[in-house]
Amino acid sequence: MADDSLDDYIAAAAGVLELPIDPAWQPAVRANLELTLRLAAVVAEFPLPDEADAAPVFETGS
Amino acid sequence: MADVASDARVDLTWASASEIASAVAAGRASAAEVIDAALSRVAALNPTLNAFTAVVAERARAKACALDEARAKDQRLGPLAGVPFAVKNLFDVAGLPTLAGSKINHDRAPAARDATLVERLEAAGAVLVGALNMGEYAYDFTGENVHDGPSRNPHDTTRMTGGSSGGSGAAVAGGLVPVALGSDTNGSIRVPASLCGLFGLKPTYGRLSRARSFPFVGSLDHVGPLARTTRDLALSYDAMQGHDLDDPVCARRPVEPALPALGREIKRLRIAVAGGYFHRGVLPESRAALERVAQALGASREIELPEAGRARAAAFVITTAEGASVHLERLRTRANDFDPAVRDRLLSGALVPAVLVQRAQKFRRWYRARVLELFGDVDVILAPATPGPAPLIGQQTFVLDGVETPVRANLGIFTQPISFIGLPVVAVPMPLDPMPVGVQIIAAPWREDMALAVAHSLEQAGVVRSPKPRTVNGE
Repeated sequence: MADDSLDDYIAAAAGVLELPIDPAWQPAVRANLELTLRLAAVVAEFPLPDEADAAPVFETGS
Repeated sequence: MADVASDARVDLTWASASEIASAVAAGRASAAEVIDAALSRVAALNPTLNAFTAVVAERARAKACALDEARAKDQRLGPLAGVPFAVKNLFDVAGLPTLAGSKINHDRAPAARDATLVERLEAAGAVLVGALNMGEYAYDFTGENVHDGPSRNPHDTTRMTGGSSGGSGAAVAGGLVPVALGSDTNGSIRVPASLCGLFGLKPTYGRLSRARSFPFVGSLDHVGPLARTTRDLALSYDAMQGHDLDDPVCARRPVEPALPALGREIKRLRIAVAGGYFHRGVLPESRAALERVAQALGASREIELPEAGRARAAAFVITTAEGASVHLERLRTRANDFDPAVRDRLLSGALVPAVLVQRAQKFRRWYRARVLELFGDVDVILAPATPGPAPLIGQQTFVLDGVETPVRANLGIFTQPISFIGLPVVAVPMPLDPMPVGVQIIAAPWREDMALAVAHSLEQAGVVRSPKPRTVNGE
């Protein structure tokens, strides 16, 4: 993601979630998010069928 | 086994849980003297090791006294009678706030009741002596803590214990207690076991109850013991098994005792070494440890866990997002009270798009299916536990495959792809000089007995062993 757009995303998403992000914390939060998004992309690019279920399975009850 | 049970006196500075329990049961040591010795050792060594954050001396002495009275009345004692133990401070201990390594949780009300595993160990006769230091909210591989200070490795107090169950590693490796409980979301039992030279059991996901322990990542959280012998792992693990309605993840399985499996013949087991991903980023000590274990077991075959790197990436994504959801309100209202590094990771985790987390959970099911297929062909898989032995406290980077790499995020590269799908693992210690390092013995789901049998066989053959530190505080 381009520099500005990731900063904009952080500001917007943190605003929606009412998370205070001090300007001094921004570089570290951004670095962590960049790493996470990079790893998430490695996962997301792996082809899975549309029918693939997620690992956790909800049980209604016995 | 050199059983101190046959000796007149028990060396309480390094006795195993099984040695203590048999001495107490036979009346060669009283529970009271065992607990007094443990409390004295904690008082003497904790200023150096920083393993304990709370000591429950009065409670421990009362419990020991009750055990001695029960024995005087010829009542049957449990299999862990008089065995001192301690728990990572994310387990509830009645009367203490459950800190989970944080400053914020000091404001919590004291726990009204012990965690299920504490209750079960005490029901077997073990005696809780205190709560242990840990990385803040378990989001840690180093054993460092900005609020309480780092736990210190008993083999070299300038070095990390590994985390996040760092105090558990320091307490057992330093001989303060023979058994401690830890939790393991991505490696937090196996990493300190490796760096401190201990045996650690991360059971199958859902095997042991997490009830009344502070959560980190519900999808991945496991709990289990660290000890200095496989017998002590099995003894404590067996005492803790069983369904628990208070943990919705805890499996409805009967108790499947592992202790009887320890002497089992393992020659027929098909044992392979994890290849591919698990060959990269391995320092010479961990490579040597793995080779020695593989050679002793006659494991010449290599097997590839498909997409293990992607599994590690998916575990990372789920961890940060789920961890952030646990702490969302605290991030809104108490952000300044977190360890700044943990806070910044959790803030980032709160911003991860849900679609990416869901992809990681879908990938998890795919990966689980592929790895389970491998167990049609092998029984046990060997892998390094950590890239190498303990880094220095505060060390930020190490060089893996010629690349300077952050320590904190990468101590768990070999543990994460395994806990990601909940496989049972025993971490076994190779007593290298000067610092030990661990190897993972990985089995199919619900086959803790098999991993323990292999670990025990290696221990009996003298290949792996929990080394006694040369000196701690000049002792």
